[in-house]
Amino acid sequence: MSAPGLAVACATMLRRDLTLAWRRRGDIAMPVLYALIVTTLFPFALGPEDSLLQRIAGGVVLVTVLLAMLLALDAMFASDIEDGSLEQLVLSPQPLALLLGMKILAHWIATALPLIAIAPLMAAMLHLPGAVIPVLLLALLLATPLLSLLGAVLVALTAGTRRSGMLLALMLLPLCVPAVIFAAGAVAAAQQGLPWLAPIAWLAAALALAVVLAPLACAAALRIALDA
Amino acid sequence: MTAADTAVPLLEARALSFQRQDEPVFAPLDFQLHRGELALVEGDNGSGKTTLLRMLAGLLHVGAGELRWRGEPLRRDDCASEILFLGHQLGLKADLSPRENLRVAGGLHGTREGVGAAAVLAGIGLRGYEDEPVRRLSAGQKKRAALARLLLLPATLWLLDEPYANLDRAGIALVNDLLEKHTAAGGAALVTSHGAVSFHGGEPRHIRMHA
Repeated sequence: MSAPGLAVACATMLRRDLTLAWRRRGDIAMPVLYALIVTTLFPFALGPEDSLLQRIAGGVVLVTVLLAMLLALDAMFASDIEDGSLEQLVLSPQPLALLLGMKILAHWIATALPLIAIAPLMAAMLHLPGAVIPVLLLALLLATPLLSLLGAVLVALTAGTRRSGMLLALMLLPLCVPAVIFAAGAVAAAQQGLPWLAPIAWLAAALALAVVLAPLACAAALRIALDA
Repeated sequence: MTAADTAVPLLEARALSFQRQDEPVFAPLDFQLHRGELALVEGDNGSGKTTLLRMLAGLLHVGAGELRWRGEPLRRDDCASEILFLGHQLGLKADLSPRENLRVAGGLHGTREGVGAAAVLAGIGLRGYEDEPVRRLSAGQKKRAALARLLLLPATLWLLDEPYANLDRAGIALVNDLLEKHTAAGGAALVTSHGAVSFHGGEPRHIRMHA
């Protein structure tokens, strides 16, 4: 009698959360529509002037994606806490941090990947030069998982508090500043024809650190939330 | 089951208690649970039955006193796969079917040898509802879908918080039957209930909770 291997447990978690996300695919569409609508508002507010829009395009896409992700973030553990699934995860003979890591991965796939997929469209709406779009996508591919991981820790810390959505935004947005600076810096450098690899490398380093530490912090925070 | 197995209690509590904001939730408890035994945790509302079970499961920290597992001080890593907890919240995903919920539980905890989800769901009285999302089931059927875990997962100690809630007469008989088979096979169970429980497999041990 032995518990299933880690690979089986990880696959089970990932499959479970992706199935759940697919059954509620209307929820996935919401942040995508939000991001598209916010992006369309900028030319209306600032005027359809090419040079101005080009200059702000990278930053606008980044911040819009960030805010859209924030909309879906506080639901990450809420339903699992409500229906008792989290208790079962905590009590399973598997490392909780790993299971939560899989949950965060599934959440990133369900919320951030669709946003990254429409990012080229958003960038094109703001006249970002086509040559810069791959750099923008690379920056998003590194910055969004970082936000998911940081966000997951904060969601775990605020688990069980009422009106956690607003609190979460107030706590997460300041933490996002470095990620936004490096991601926007890479896009701006690419736009001016300068080397853009250094800020991307910083993002990658931060992501590597977060991948290791965030699930551990999440696990500790959720154990404390249940032990009350 | 060897003689040594029966001599050493599966689970033993010594002066176990729990404080919430420095107020003791229940008076210090001493009890032993051997393999093949069933213990009924009795007490009024608010006497700490659920708290005790959550503490034994490992969701709450042990306030004071000691817990021993097979004679050794209890370490969660050693016994996590042998303890199965079923609480008020059933731990079912409403968007998944009973079959998918069982698959998740089996993927994390493992399954008994030679037991399949289809047979378990038929045995628990959910034939025909295997692929219906749990949100469309009645409260009693949801309870049955959660109880199906007892049949599928390989656990020695069952911690059941109000397993009879929401169940009809047949469901209550089913739970009693599950408990009887489990204890006959060398398992042990701790069950809380306000109501009278008629258990046919011998006299259960009683653990009385006092606030």
